[in-house]
Amino acid sequence: MAKEKARLLRGLQKVRTGIEGLDEITSGGLPKGRPTLVCGGAGSGKTLLGMEFLVRGATRFNEPGVFMSFEESAEELTKNVASLGFDLNRLTASKRLLVDYVHIERSEIEETGEYDLEGLFIRLGNAIDSIGAKRVVLDTIESLFAGLPNTSILRAELRRLFRWLKKKGMTAIITGERGDNALTRHGLEEYVSDCVILLDHRVANQVSTRRLRIVKYRGSTHGTNEFPFLIDERGLAVMPITSLGLKHTVTSQRISTGIPRLDTMLGGKGYFRGSSILVSGTAGTGKTSVAAHFVEAACRRGERSAFFAFEESPSQIIRNMHSIGINLQQWVEKGLLQFHAERPTVYGLEAHLASMEKIFDLFKPRVVIVDPVTNLSSVASETDVKAMLIRLLDQMKSNQTTALFTTLTAASGPLELTEVNVSSIADTWLLLRDIELGGERNRGLYILKSRGMAHSNQIREFLLTDKGVDLIDVYVGPSGVLTGSARISQESHEKDVELTHQQEIERRKLNVETKRKALEAHIASLRAQFQAEEQELQKLTEQEKMRQNGVSKLRKKIARMRKEDENSERRNR
Amino acid sequence: MKRKGAGGAGKNTKPAADIWELRLYVAGQTPKSLTAFANLKKICEEHLKGKYHIEVIDLLKNPQLAQGDQILAIPTLVRNLPQPIKKIIGDLSNTLRVLVGLDIRPRT
Repeated sequence: MAKEKARLLRGLQKVRTGIEGLDEITSGGLPKGRPTLVCGGAGSGKTLLGMEFLVRGATRFNEPGVFMSFEESAEELTKNVASLGFDLNRLTASKRLLVDYVHIERSEIEETGEYDLEGLFIRLGNAIDSIGAKRVVLDTIESLFAGLPNTSILRAELRRLFRWLKKKGMTAIITGERGDNALTRHGLEEYVSDCVILLDHRVANQVSTRRLRIVKYRGSTHGTNEFPFLIDERGLAVMPITSLGLKHTVTSQRISTGIPRLDTMLGGKGYFRGSSILVSGTAGTGKTSVAAHFVEAACRRGERSAFFAFEESPSQIIRNMHSIGINLQQWVEKGLLQFHAERPTVYGLEAHLASMEKIFDLFKPRVVIVDPVTNLSSVASETDVKAMLIRLLDQMKSNQTTALFTTLTAASGPLELTEVNVSSIADTWLLLRDIELGGERNRGLYILKSRGMAHSNQIREFLLTDKGVDLIDVYVGPSGVLTGSARISQESHEKDVELTHQQEIERRKLNVETKRKALEAHIASLRAQFQAEEQELQKLTEQEKMRQNGVSKLRKKIARMRKEDENSERRNR
Repeated sequence: MKRKGAGGAGKNTKPAADIWELRLYVAGQTPKSLTAFANLKKICEEHLKGKYHIEVIDLLKNPQLAQGDQILAIPTLVRNLPQPIKKIIGDLSNTLRVLVGLDIRPRT
């Protein structure tokens, strides 16, 4: 009893499918020992999903499986899935997989009275027991509805079959054709209700996209969104956007943009490693050149770079960048730079994402350029492109790969609005814009944002020279921002004014000097005059003294002569 | 239920092509199987007297035969001879349909 309770409390046990991404969105896989319904239209990948579930089970989780096919024969199946790298013959020979083809033909069958499907049970039971299977796929059991006319018997038997599978503890996938108003044409969801996965294959703008959605998963949380998925040579891959989460660690290491002046604008050091950089601008503003500089700088540091071009061919980019003095060819030859140029319309968004991920896995680039991401919106809606970019960025950030995206903004629209609304996911956003002034067009660059660093708020004029991109100060004066020849003429005008000023000062200086000299001369003459007068005065004073001396002597002489007494003499004094 | 070389086919001297080779697949001795066998026996005795051969196969004993002969429903009657192979499922209670299914009586 206690044991039973503990088992219940542990919750639903799950079985990993081994299908990329599916285990993440179902948080662990399919419900163990229960049937799961996989429904979808023709060609939506039901059979492949089932087959991969068995193949992965047999090869990775040591769980043999039985594939009961009601549509394709074992030979056909073997051939069909060989393209995905599944070797059914080898798995069958090693008793890890058993394919049983149930052939049912309406024209060969006559119904007379009561019957049941015990034969199917015996067959399946025998197959399960012979290899000790843990997994079962029934593809597509609804074919029975076409073969057996008595649906009431069939329904009762199907109900019994799924109960029986549960009792045997089989983790099963039952596929069903999508119905008009219901999930399946014959209402299989009525019997298989623990987990229902819906596959969808839809075409929008002539590009097809496969999608997967977990409609229901009893007793478990699951991703409820529609997730794009892909079938390629590695099998099926579901791409959950949210799977990576916002947990990546960051580094404070900075890497050069390849444009010295831009480094200066970004706090003197450039971008953060592992950050995402968005370069937006109207046509012909030099977005690719900014990207090329960045790639070149990365290659110079010896880091590998991947350049995804959706507009130009590699040789065209190399040629064009050569004209501004960037030699990308050498890095391609050294194996540091890989170009991947494809028209966005060549396949769906998911396939693009998958091919990019494959390159990440194989080439492991430190710097990734996508030029331009806006072109991808020709194959998918904006939300899809954004979702894809978020996923791409998350993945790159978790590897600390620096990503640079360019986006094209329509000239008529507001510049701050990027076409795919990716600005919120960018860490650094450079805006390149045309500045139309005085009958000419010049390029301007400014940093709209750069998370986590002090950055310049100035507009710089963006020049494409034969030595690469050059950023120079624009003229900011009372008449506004001037660029190009207007800036140059303004600058020369300023120089003229300054020269005139200088000359004026020179002239005044001279003037003052002359005046000073005149003044000094005047002072000197005055001083000479003064000195002469002073000498005169001194002479006079001396004469006076001598005269007074003479007078006093004379008086004394007279007093002595008059024999004056002392008192009178004193009184006189 | 055992294999039954029933119907006195052995006594018959007619060419092999005229022999009706019938197989009845069952899974244990269920009421449906027993009814089917009884019905089959009756029909054969009535319409194919002396030129038929019934083999009863119990899938519980030989489960692998279910795959080889593409058996799903129980009971299933298979006409191996004369060609082409015909399958009749159910307890064979609808005699008319059995006769049509076995091509003993043409479809009308």
